[in-house]
Amino acid sequence: MEYEAVIGLEVHVQVKTESKIFSSVGVGFGAQPNSLTDPVVLGLPGVLPVINREAVEKSIKVGMLLNGSIPRVTKWDRKNYFYPDSPKNYQISQFDRPICSGGELEIELKGPSRNVMGEHKTIALTRAHLEEDVGKLIHLEQESLVDFNRAGTPLLEIVSEPDMHTPEEAYAYLTALKMLLIYGEVSHCDMEKGQMRCDANVSVRPAGQKKLGVKVEIKNLNSISGVRNGLAYEIERQIQVLLGGGTLVQETRGWDAAKGMTYHLRSKEESHDYRYFPDPDLMPVRIDRRWRERLRASLPEKPFDRQRRYFDQYSLPYTLTSVLIPDPELCHFFEEAAKRAKLPRQAANWIVNNLLGELGKAGLTLSESKVNPAKIAQLVNLIEEGVISKNLAKERVFPEMFKTGENPAAIVQAKDLGLSESAEELEKICSEIVQANPDTVAEVLSGNKKAINFLKGRVMRATRGKANPALVGPLLEKLIAEKG
Amino acid sequence: MPGEIHFQTLAQLQEALASKSVSSVELTRRHLDRIEAVDGRVQAFNSWDEEDCLRQAEASDERRAAGKIKGPLDGIPVGLKDVIAVKDQPLTCSSRMLERFVSPYDATVTSRLKNAGAVLLGRLNMDEFAMGSSTENSAFKTTFNPWDTSRVAGGSSGGSAAAVAVGELPVSLGSDTGGSIRQPASFCGVVGLKPTYGLVSRFGLVAFASSLDQIGPFARTVGDAGRLLQVIAGHDPRDSTSIDTATPDYSKALAEKKGPWKLGIPREYFAEGLDPEVKEAIQAAIDWYADRGCEMVEVSLPHMHLAISVYYIVATAEASSNLARYDGVRYTHRSDRAEDVVDLYFKSRAEGFGEEVKRRIILGSYVLSSGYYDAYYLRAQKIRALIRQDFSKAFAEVDGLLTPTSPFVSFKAGEKTRDPLAMYLSDIYTISANLAGIPGISLPCGFNSQGLPIGLQILGEPLGEANLLAIAQSFERAHDFIDRHPNPSPPD
Repeated sequence: MEYEAVIGLEVHVQVKTESKIFSSVGVGFGAQPNSLTDPVVLGLPGVLPVINREAVEKSIKVGMLLNGSIPRVTKWDRKNYFYPDSPKNYQISQFDRPICSGGELEIELKGPSRNVMGEHKTIALTRAHLEEDVGKLIHLEQESLVDFNRAGTPLLEIVSEPDMHTPEEAYAYLTALKMLLIYGEVSHCDMEKGQMRCDANVSVRPAGQKKLGVKVEIKNLNSISGVRNGLAYEIERQIQVLLGGGTLVQETRGWDAAKGMTYHLRSKEESHDYRYFPDPDLMPVRIDRRWRERLRASLPEKPFDRQRRYFDQYSLPYTLTSVLIPDPELCHFFEEAAKRAKLPRQAANWIVNNLLGELGKAGLTLSESKVNPAKIAQLVNLIEEGVISKNLAKERVFPEMFKTGENPAAIVQAKDLGLSESAEELEKICSEIVQANPDTVAEVLSGNKKAINFLKGRVMRATRGKANPALVGPLLEKLIAEKG
Repeated sequence: MPGEIHFQTLAQLQEALASKSVSSVELTRRHLDRIEAVDGRVQAFNSWDEEDCLRQAEASDERRAAGKIKGPLDGIPVGLKDVIAVKDQPLTCSSRMLERFVSPYDATVTSRLKNAGAVLLGRLNMDEFAMGSSTENSAFKTTFNPWDTSRVAGGSSGGSAAAVAVGELPVSLGSDTGGSIRQPASFCGVVGLKPTYGLVSRFGLVAFASSLDQIGPFARTVGDAGRLLQVIAGHDPRDSTSIDTATPDYSKALAEKKGPWKLGIPREYFAEGLDPEVKEAIQAAIDWYADRGCEMVEVSLPHMHLAISVYYIVATAEASSNLARYDGVRYTHRSDRAEDVVDLYFKSRAEGFGEEVKRRIILGSYVLSSGYYDAYYLRAQKIRALIRQDFSKAFAEVDGLLTPTSPFVSFKAGEKTRDPLAMYLSDIYTISANLAGIPGISLPCGFNSQGLPIGLQILGEPLGEANLLAIAQSFERAHDFIDRHPNPSPPD
């Protein structure tokens, strides 16, 4: 029997803010344990929460980027459960009036090859709600310690509908979501730092069946590929149980990345009754039209919209866009260069194929680059105007630009790398080369077209690389033809 | 300064300090002496730090000598219910759970008192986590009624009421969730005011029921209650439920507002269960207002009979969540018999909480449980809205409502401890004000045949404290109840 998997994802994203969601203490990663705390974060007797406006605004923006509906009034509820990483033994979260309802996320599946765009799909979302993060337990041999630095970090939980069917779709969903959140300047989504975390719900059913199978929740999926691998394992496990005549039970399982398998954590019977109720310490937040409009006006262009624009506006090939699009800073760099370059596509080429490579080799980031967009554009224009050959640009000019940050035009002048201006002079040199190499000419004439490259090389050597290759080829062909 | 300094009003003490006929150190010393003399019988205090009090008083005297007083309370001793945070002072909530907890921060009211120059004198006993009506639920001691030390001071702010009644303090702060300021004020023969919900910041008030809790003053006169309210009231950005509005000048309002008023008598407050002597005293007060030209009308609050039920759902639901943080993991009592973390929760909470607190946590957890939420919590919230509506209809017609504060006078210690429902009924007249968020004041309006004080409650519209104080003061000034003071007899 054919089985189909049904997957829904719950993604927790730390919203990047100056201070914590309910107190003025700063937010951070890797600080001295329990240093980013105050009486409010620690839930000491008598303290009260005050909602962080920045966290609300960024969450509304995420809701808008996800095409969700933003309610006129949103409110906070208490989710009650005991755990030592929770300072109050309740988490301030949202129950029935989340900051975003519904929505969708455009994803791109893996294409048939790296150079070919994959299929695009839209995954339906249930909701997104804003809550507080909890602390972190550190287990030693004899005792356990708790660090509340993370407690109170604003956390946006984005819940998808059970709308995905393969681990690849889940992978694509997380990749697209991460890209969107980076665009919205909501989070860096560094999963290793816990800025983005994912739980997956998965069930299988006979293909064609409407009714959903028994749902299993997988936790500890600590990377985007962990989600893909965990789901692949779990789907196969569930199918094997059913094929073996067994039955599945609703449960929560953990993902052991080292062993590459999921394991039982707890069953449905052990699940909590969270006793949600409206938090009486916090007032509902009204999101009026003016606020809404102001936030809408500040939304960034979405990644896939930008990619489509790059196709249309700059005629960029898919491969170049797939490097540019995930990195908004790089996109900005490119667009600044494109504004000044006669051939924006060439600017993209130089950025993706040369600049990124050099930066990578030097271990530098884009913001540390001495080459700025204007210089890339100038380089493109020098080539396009026939001032310099592409080869020389690559071999001599760009490395110098990269090292010193000097203008390409200045480098060309200083090193005297400009193409020879006079066509007469070039014709004279070519003619001499043809005269001096009768054997090669004969070879070309006898049908070995590639032999002409030897002559081209000679011309380039004679001109110290300054000859315009676009002119040299036809010129040589003409002179050889005259011989024949 | 002559005679019994400890029964002087706040206004008199302010004058005495201003005229330098007494120093803050002397004032503080005399109150500490009074505590030494009578607290063994009344047991109003959980703790006080004599050295610290005198240091504060000295600092005040230095400010005054330099002509740099901080505010209206400079040098005046003020006591705080042991549920309001003061930096570096114990914050026990009269619970074993927090027996060793010292607050690392100041409540907003504490900062305001400090900024006004007050000498913060001691921590006042209460029912554990403010749950109770007699202060018998304190894990440490029962506070007795200064008028008859075999009787209770009321609760939950019993310590705050008794300390003011017996002259250990001129004024104090308590908190009122269902009557916890007004009922003990009535039992102890002092003035107690529960402000409008949101008028006084709750930041630093250990939460019992967040949507009902409110800090308020105890004093021996209505004017003094207004003076203390003036200092603690006002918007606080650290409390999201605090109302952002300008605080009126209560003393000025008291001087200007002379009535007559249109006053309502809610008939539901005079039904069965009301002690005849209490009823008689309240009737006399009503007659007094009528005699001096107030228009008296009978009003109805049709959902009043549901108030106790609604209260014990809403308050316990919030409490079950608010008290979850006391778990044995960090700053609370921690059981040393625990086997694992779940066991640590169970045993620490079993050992750390008293019976009444446990009862309310269990009740509150139950009403929030899935499958019961709609039937209990949600329905209670709907009725709460109706109760609020009853009051707004009434206040569209009248300036204030006159009622008894409690259906009976102070009862014998131990009399109701085995019957929680009977205890809950002590608050039958006070609870609805918390549900509606409106202000209420209790002031002495007589004594019964055994010499026990009776309290008159006046309820007003939201943010109508100025009116409420004026209505109360007109009665107070025409009577001499405030001139009578208890003198607890020494033990045999």
